[in-house]
Amino acid sequence: MAQFNLPANSVVKPGKTYPAAAGSGRVKKVVVYRYDPDSPENPRTDTYEIDLDTCGPMVLDALIKIKNEIDSTLTFRRSCREGICGSCSMNINGSNTLACIKAIEEIPGDIKVYPLPHMPVIKDLVVDLSRFYEQYASVKPWIKTQGPPPSGRERLQSKDDRERLEGLEECILCACCSTSCPSYWWNSDRYLGPAVLLQAYRWIADSRDEATVERLEELKDAFKLYRCHTIMNCTNTCPKGLNPAKTIAEIKKLTAATGS
Amino acid sequence: MGTSYRLTEHAYDVVVVGAGGAGLRATLGMTASGLSTACITKVFPTRSHTVAAQGGMSAALANMGEDDWRWHMYDTVKGSDWLGDQDAIEYMCREAIPAVVELEHYGVPFSRTDDGRIYQRPFGGMTTRYGEGIAQRTCAAADRTGHAILHTLYQQSLKHNAEFFIEYFAVDLLMNEEGRCQGVLAWDLATGELHVFRAHMVLLATGGYGRTYFSCTSAHTCTGDGNAMVLRAGLPLQDMEFVQFHPTGIYGSGCLITEGVRGEGGYLTNAEGERFMERYAPNAKDLASRDVVSRSMTIEINEGRGVGEEKDHIQLHLEHLGADLINSKLPGIAESARIFAGIDVTREPIPVLPTVHYNMGGIPTNYKGEVVTLRDGDPDHVIPGLMAIGEAACVSVHGANRLGSNSLLDLIVFGRAAALRAVELVKPGEAHEQLNDGAVESVLDRFDKLRHAGGEIPVAELRIEMQKTMQSHAAVFRTGKLIEQGLTRLRELYSQMDNLRLSDRSMVWNTDLVEAIELTNLMPQAIVTAQSALNRKESRGAQARDDYPERDDENWMKHTLATIGENGDVQIDYRPVHMYTQTDEVEVIPPKARVY
Repeated sequence: MAQFNLPANSVVKPGKTYPAAAGSGRVKKVVVYRYDPDSPENPRTDTYEIDLDTCGPMVLDALIKIKNEIDSTLTFRRSCREGICGSCSMNINGSNTLACIKAIEEIPGDIKVYPLPHMPVIKDLVVDLSRFYEQYASVKPWIKTQGPPPSGRERLQSKDDRERLEGLEECILCACCSTSCPSYWWNSDRYLGPAVLLQAYRWIADSRDEATVERLEELKDAFKLYRCHTIMNCTNTCPKGLNPAKTIAEIKKLTAATGS
Repeated sequence: MGTSYRLTEHAYDVVVVGAGGAGLRATLGMTASGLSTACITKVFPTRSHTVAAQGGMSAALANMGEDDWRWHMYDTVKGSDWLGDQDAIEYMCREAIPAVVELEHYGVPFSRTDDGRIYQRPFGGMTTRYGEGIAQRTCAAADRTGHAILHTLYQQSLKHNAEFFIEYFAVDLLMNEEGRCQGVLAWDLATGELHVFRAHMVLLATGGYGRTYFSCTSAHTCTGDGNAMVLRAGLPLQDMEFVQFHPTGIYGSGCLITEGVRGEGGYLTNAEGERFMERYAPNAKDLASRDVVSRSMTIEINEGRGVGEEKDHIQLHLEHLGADLINSKLPGIAESARIFAGIDVTREPIPVLPTVHYNMGGIPTNYKGEVVTLRDGDPDHVIPGLMAIGEAACVSVHGANRLGSNSLLDLIVFGRAAALRAVELVKPGEAHEQLNDGAVESVLDRFDKLRHAGGEIPVAELRIEMQKTMQSHAAVFRTGKLIEQGLTRLRELYSQMDNLRLSDRSMVWNTDLVEAIELTNLMPQAIVTAQSALNRKESRGAQARDDYPERDDENWMKHTLATIGENGDVQIDYRPVHMYTQTDEVEVIPPKARVY
């Protein structure tokens, strides 16, 4: 029988527990993945007991409360705190989402916070998104036209044509979808993943863009596109309610229609 | 010096600090013109706070009714309560039209009219024929215009192969003995390494400092880092007393609800269900400019007509607009109201409160983006090697109060203008002069001292004290006595910065240290803001002094310049308001009473 050995330091061990302050009201346990790149130790999960009576409503509020009041070494990205910048994407109780719009109330039991799955961890909840960004750039996500735009005025676009961009242009590049996809976990070196495919389709769907054929040619690849196996995790997890799986299906239909 | 940091040195023609709307537009322009350009940013570009702008970008396209850029200029001057520089306002309003067209050509997914043109909505203070009618001037991509513009600008930057240094935190400017800016020292969070960026021109596009306050619409990252660098360089910030309170932050969380809601027909009511804005602004009503609406709301609450158990907020209605309009034009705020207030906007009003939103003040510049100061009697003396754009800058196009949708405009117009000016001033590939090693050492010293700070007060504790002090002592209404009390407290807090305690000593993604540096950036800005507010003995735009309720053009139609010493003492000086235009295409707009 085959034996598998996990790489050194890959096992996550239980870490410290910070008990609730005396006199706390509604206590909630927040279990957070910790990894310190400067330490030879294994990653661990620290447990913080916080008082919900003095905490804002979202998981990000809980993390900020921990950083402010209990342990200022806890490391995570955050910025807008209203679900539009995409900084605080992480795995909360098994699902990828934005901590700033994930209500604590929706989580029964302990809150469990991990970095986005299968991404190289830099520190605690901060993962390395370089490859994700390179893949985004690789689909040339900018408008391409044959001729120059009209001089001195905008291009015209009908309301219906503009409506085709809804559900596409709202993407915030948080990477929740791509990092929830088993195909992406396995083949992220060659499969573009749902977020980047959605971004590619955003330009294919734009009536002003004139590079559809070229874009489809680029995508028609056993790995870049066809590693999508319609698992649908992407659509289930998107914190903005977008449907990357559907856009991938649209791209597949279009590449099929353009023949080999 | 007890520090031994290895420095990686880079040489560029130009370095841009910040990758929001202004920083990206400038980076793009300079890269495309052949200047070697580095854009340093503490967050990935599309996570900059421009992404949160909702309502739109103003430009007199006249797509949805008559319009003229001169009317836009008039509205902006009036909105500024005559503290804006009219040459710069003229430039911005005229250039607005090509700027929006350019963005459309870049691919911004603007909403459209029936005939396929860019959709434009009414916004506060935007009128036709010098105040007669309501203009539809604000170009919108639903209620996510900032997101649409920022992502498009990043895409264009990729197209032009712009060079980014992402999640690099700019620690400080490197100034030489003669006061020329030579570059920036920055910290790469991912590797923990420090970098020196040499440049002939440094553009600060670092945004506002909303996080000096407890409740703001601004992102956690809005800490005015560039403003603070300028103060540390001994240079002044201008008009810092003018802090805009947006009328409609969500009660509790402070998240923004766009003025576009009122542009599309939404309105405010008090506890009696009264549309009280009809009393305060009989013509413009709910679309009066932001300072006017925020003051009216505050008066309603102070006089006991606030809503809720504590009578401490106001209601914003859009139920009557119908689900179709909300879904097509305001989908983002429907989502925000659901998430942050538990409200279905098609059925119930949103609880709102005036919330800190925008800084009219900042780094004084001319309309080309060059940083200026008062020197030897010259109020427009240019600081060599340094430019500032966007919310960090005070051009001044917003004067004492910014009109909604003039901010995205400011970013694009002056991001472009600065790029054009840098291309004029900098010769590609020119050799760099000797770096001032003393400047590098003093930045490293400050960095190292903070990194190893072993005092007693955690960063978060001092920060929240500062934020609460600003919230209670430099709010919508101010009095000299109140501000003085606030200043006394702020000075105590300022002196406690020597007693900070950090727990994280590492170099890789040490956000304890990032927040500490940000606090050392916020604190002097808080003091300068309060001191400037105390100093200005009049009410104008966003500065409403109960003890000086009138505007006083004779004594105060001038820009405040404030510098701060290492001990926290503020020096005040002044620059004149530019009461002239650039061309004969428009007349100077003389001051008059401001009624909406």
